[in-house]
Amino acid sequence: MEAVDLVVIGGGPAGMAAALEAEKNGVERILILERAKTLGGILEQCIHTGFGLHYFGEELSGPEYADRFIVLVEQNPHIEVKLGAMALEVIPGENRHRVFAVNQAEGLLELDCKAVILAMGCRERPRGALNIPGTRPAGILSAGTAQKYVNLEGYLPGREVVILGSGDIGLITARRMTMEGARVKLVCELMPYSSGLTRNIVQCLEDFNIPLRLSCTVVGIHGRERLEAVTVANVDENFRPIPGTEETIPCDLLLFSVGLIPENELSRAAGIAMDHVTAGAVVDELRQTGIPGIFACGNVLHVHDMVDFVTLESQLAGAGAAAYIRGTHDPAPEYLPTRGGNGVRYVVPQRVNRRQPQPLKLYFRVGEVYKNASVRLRCGETTLLQKKRPRLAPGEMEDLLLKPEQLAALPEGAELTIEVVEREGKDQIF
Amino acid sequence: MSGRADTFWQQRRISTTTRELTCVACPMGCGLRVELDENNRVLSVAGNACKRGDAYARAECTKPLRSFTSTMRVEGGEAPLVSVKSAEPVPKAKLFDCVKAGNACAAKAPVAIGDVLLANAAGTGVDLIATNRVAKKREAIAV
Ligand SMILES: Cc1cc2nc3c(=O)[nH]c(=O)nc-3n(C[C@H](O)[C@H](O)[C@H](O)COP(=O)(O)OP(=O)(O)OC[C@H]3O[C@@H](n4cnc5c(N)ncnc54)[C@H](O)[C@@H]3O)c2cc1C
Repeated sequence: MEAVDLVVIGGGPAGMAAALEAEKNGVERILILERAKTLGGILEQCIHTGFGLHYFGEELSGPEYADRFIVLVEQNPHIEVKLGAMALEVIPGENRHRVFAVNQAEGLLELDCKAVILAMGCRERPRGALNIPGTRPAGILSAGTAQKYVNLEGYLPGREVVILGSGDIGLITARRMTMEGARVKLVCELMPYSSGLTRNIVQCLEDFNIPLRLSCTVVGIHGRERLEAVTVANVDENFRPIPGTEETIPCDLLLFSVGLIPENELSRAAGIAMDHVTAGAVVDELRQTGIPGIFACGNVLHVHDMVDFVTLESQLAGAGAAAYIRGTHDPAPEYLPTRGGNGVRYVVPQRVNRRQPQPLKLYFRVGEVYKNASVRLRCGETTLLQKKRPRLAPGEMEDLLLKPEQLAALPEGAELTIEVVEREGKDQIF
Repeated sequence: MSGRADTFWQQRRISTTTRELTCVACPMGCGLRVELDENNRVLSVAGNACKRGDAYARAECTKPLRSFTSTMRVEGGEAPLVSVKSAEPVPKAKLFDCVKAGNACAAKAPVAIGDVLLANAAGTGVDLIATNRVAKKREAIAV
């Protein structure tokens, strides 16, 4: 058994930022477990640019963003990295926790530690979860898997492509496949709008005359060994296919980009309380889960669209874990729950310590698109904050900043609610 | 730039075309209507909520540029490919030529971030630059 202060599971942007911040706050024995052959996580295959504008003030590609942290981790004498090492189990204890992992060189590893940071990221929703009728031929992949084949391994998994899902990952994959010589015949989207950035709709689809069909889904799959065609159809407001709108499109590749799910098997098995909306753990403002000493950050906590926010969140978790390890944390937190009200799907963190001393950002996502609305944070009927938002969309994470004195002034047992306030008349002033 | 009255008279006299664009300067995504004369000069821009929309419409109709990222093969490296980006935006019409030019090359390991892997891609004057590092392949150690 090996003893360390902190085990970080996952060496993506979340795990790296958390480890570096913990070290900066005085933790001396940190171990990162990463199951892949390199650090960097999903960023290694995201070769497009669009990362880092917020955090570094410049637009970087995924590998460049990751490398800024990889260099720091590699140089850091207090952080050890085990690559090709897969964490299998986290067993929480009273004062110390245990982590089991395997790697090729050492076989089974048993680690004893004071704190654990979960940073396992997310994976794409598999096709199996979607129940599309038809055969099960080769040529059906998730967009991220196709991205990996093209960007990391150098081969094109198909020539005539239909993509289901118009989020940014679907859009970016459409452009990349096109630039490598494939023909993307259609991107279809179940919702009446695309959750992708306007910039991506213009530069990934319109630039290449790739049609986008909204309120549309795949209803049939054809082909025995290899995919030969798919049938798509429009859907009604209840997402049921409308008879008579079917169109069969010959293709040899169908890509799915229908959402991401946090990879939380380990967390569930450890008995950590989960939020069923985010599919991640319930955490406090330091990203500590319901089990003291176990923290979670990045896509394993809730799906982020911007890696910059993953970095910021993970720094909170790293600092929180350091305080826990060094015993400088608040021994008697007074937690107030947060929740999403009208139009707000979820709020992270799900609970906040009333006694915490820092300005506090509450992150949330809305359920649909709003124009010229505002967002309000209230406690009971008292409005604590209200801010105008020209545009709110499910694809973009929002935040509100709460001052520590505002928080401290709230009564014990109070609940914080964030909600969307739709604007009625144009002249109404907030 | 011509004033409103000018534009009005120009529209009367010459044949104009209209282009519909979606502004990408910010996530608002304003729908833009751009009027062009027969020499592809911008006569008017409508639908933009701010100045950036006007600038975007003019650039997009006269000289559209795009940055791009792609990959290049690597010889003797730990990974078979390295990701690359254009050092600056290239004319939109040259995008495919630039990607093809990159695919026709091979970089030699080791590769560092920022290495110029192809100078002057497809005659655009723009270089292709590595955005990841690739170490030299280690020789297999006999046990
Ligand atoms: C396809 C795609 C495109 C994206 N495009 C953009 C973009 O354009 N701009 C932007 O800002 N953001 C983008 N993002 C979002 C951003 O990249 C992610 O939010 C960010 O990478 C999440 O970081 P993470 O460390 O939480 O997860 P990941 O990067 O997924 O890292 C998690 C790591 O944990 C490891 N791991 C998992 N389980 C175990 C285990 N049991 N044991 C050991 N290791 C384990 C994995 O191997 C992985 O390396 C994109 C995301 C995806 C998926």
